[in-house]
Amino acid sequence: MRYYTDEHEWIDVEGDIATVGITEYAQGQLGDIVFVELPEVGALIEQGKDAAVVESVKAASDVYAPITGEITEVNPALEEDPALVNTSPEDGGWFFKMTIADEGELDGLMDEDGYKAFVEGL
Amino acid sequence: MNAPNQSGWKPAMELSEDGMHNGPATTTGNRALMLEEPLLFEIGRVDVTGVDLPAIDPAAPTRLGGLARSEPIGLVGLTEPETVRHYTRLSRQNYGIDLGFFPLGSCTMKHNPRLNEKMARLPGFADIHPLAPQSTVQGALEVIHQLGGWLCTLTGMPAVAMSPKAGAHGELCGILAIRAAHEARGDAREVVLVPESAHGTNPATAAFANYRVEDIPATPEGRVDVAALKARLGPDVAAVMITNPNTCGLFEKDFREIADAVHAVGGYVYCDGANFNAIVGKVRPGDLGVDAMHINLHKTFSTPHGGGGPGSGPVVLSEALAPYAPLPFVRKDDAGTFYLVEEEDREERGPTFGRMTAFHGQMGMFTRALTYMLSHGADGLKQVAEDAVLNANYILRSMEDILHAPFAASGPCMHEALFGDKDFGGGLSTLDVAKGLIDEGYHPMTVYFPLVVHGAMLVEPTETESKAAIDQFITAFRAVVERALAGDEALKQAPYYAPRRRLDETGAARKPKLAYEG
Repeated sequence: MRYYTDEHEWIDVEGDIATVGITEYAQGQLGDIVFVELPEVGALIEQGKDAAVVESVKAASDVYAPITGEITEVNPALEEDPALVNTSPEDGGWFFKMTIADEGELDGLMDEDGYKAFVEGL
Repeated sequence: MNAPNQSGWKPAMELSEDGMHNGPATTTGNRALMLEEPLLFEIGRVDVTGVDLPAIDPAAPTRLGGLARSEPIGLVGLTEPETVRHYTRLSRQNYGIDLGFFPLGSCTMKHNPRLNEKMARLPGFADIHPLAPQSTVQGALEVIHQLGGWLCTLTGMPAVAMSPKAGAHGELCGILAIRAAHEARGDAREVVLVPESAHGTNPATAAFANYRVEDIPATPEGRVDVAALKARLGPDVAAVMITNPNTCGLFEKDFREIADAVHAVGGYVYCDGANFNAIVGKVRPGDLGVDAMHINLHKTFSTPHGGGGPGSGPVVLSEALAPYAPLPFVRKDDAGTFYLVEEEDREERGPTFGRMTAFHGQMGMFTRALTYMLSHGADGLKQVAEDAVLNANYILRSMEDILHAPFAASGPCMHEALFGDKDFGGGLSTLDVAKGLIDEGYHPMTVYFPLVVHGAMLVEPTETESKAAIDQFITAFRAVVERALAGDEALKQAPYYAPRRRLDETGAARKPKLAYEG
């Protein structure tokens, strides 16, 4: 099941692990991405707090943790090739995986249709 | 090919396929007297030097032992005239405030009066050394003392630290003083609040001083959300950093209320004074409850910057923070002698947090800034603020009918006008407008900052431009914006007439080449 935040992160839930990245819309707004700073594996991050930084030719932006949890894995491919976030934002360009401390937090996120409507309203 | 332009580095416009400026190719690749210039490594030779060195006697003993270099270092040399020409040719491809209008928002690229330069070159200021005996540099110490005194007067603050060397360095000075003041009362706090309308250096400074940074949102009208800020205040908040006027070009009119609320919970108020040029002579930040504020002499007080000279960022401090000011500072004794207070002056130095620089700060900038102040006088400085604000509003109101101005309804702007890229056609963006302005002969405005506005364009004309110059800019700016609104495809290829066409900024950032590879 895929959820979305109003900060343009997506989150895929598979069992007790969630994969997080930024949306196609977000990468389009950021422009060419030149650097991604990922969290440390093992870090505990609260929902809504800074988890990663994505830097494009225009600006550096924070990526927030969509839910509370512990970082279990980061995408090693982004270090070598940050452009993956532009070419494959919602697949190969994922940022990190994390545990799900409170499944209830997922209820506050948008589903695909909800996010689509949200973006159209911007 | 044995033409002088051996690198084969030709202006792209010579080769343009769009039919524009396509004269017959020249043998050299040059275009009349605007000369192309290869890199030093392409024109230099290893066997040439611009300096006369005595010949080495191969029989002379050396003390280098096994450390003597056995292979040539490979650095190229040029003769003196070649060196002068190399840098002069490159400088002709540069653009600066001495060449034309430079509306780079937030940077305050104003004219640097030549009187400043004349004063800074007086031998008593220019040819002295920081370690010279203080009795021999009384005039220079008096300049520092007097400039500091005027900065206190203009800001309504009791103390000033003169040594910080630029805006962000000044921010660090202020935040370190705040940290020292908290720690002196055994109250180590952890959080610094920074609104979205603040300068980007503010959160960086707080993080560098080991504080956790928390954002405070902006209101739809582009100011600090006072309710959100008050809701976040508490005993863990060390300070709030507010840029005033802010990066949306607006005066934070609730500043006093914010400052009182911060003081009520035992925090301090840092004001980013980078935009002081909009309020100098009009508003004294001390009256607004500021505890620390840096002043960019290179902005408000017209000293050269942006490649033209170093910055200088003195910090004015409130009574509460003054004891923690960094060393050294200049004092005047009863006999009228100026002297420096240093580490060894235990009684006088107070509980200073230490020092930020080896010496007293940017002497050359102090002289220029004091010259600017004294040549303007109190009435003139007031007019600096008035004209800076008038010029920015003139641009705001001259553009808002065709260009999205998100805060135009928030009242007059201060020293800079902020626009966004809404309604541009054909996938055109702020970047295309900036490149189009280069073709029109203007340095672009600040783009994509502040982040609160989509495709931000921040235009700061400064007070030193005439109405005629601003009118010319508005004509050019409107023409480029009209093309963007109409979705003019050609704009995507701009600039056409710059020495280089559109550069691969993404490639440069993703795969930077940091050394010459031949």
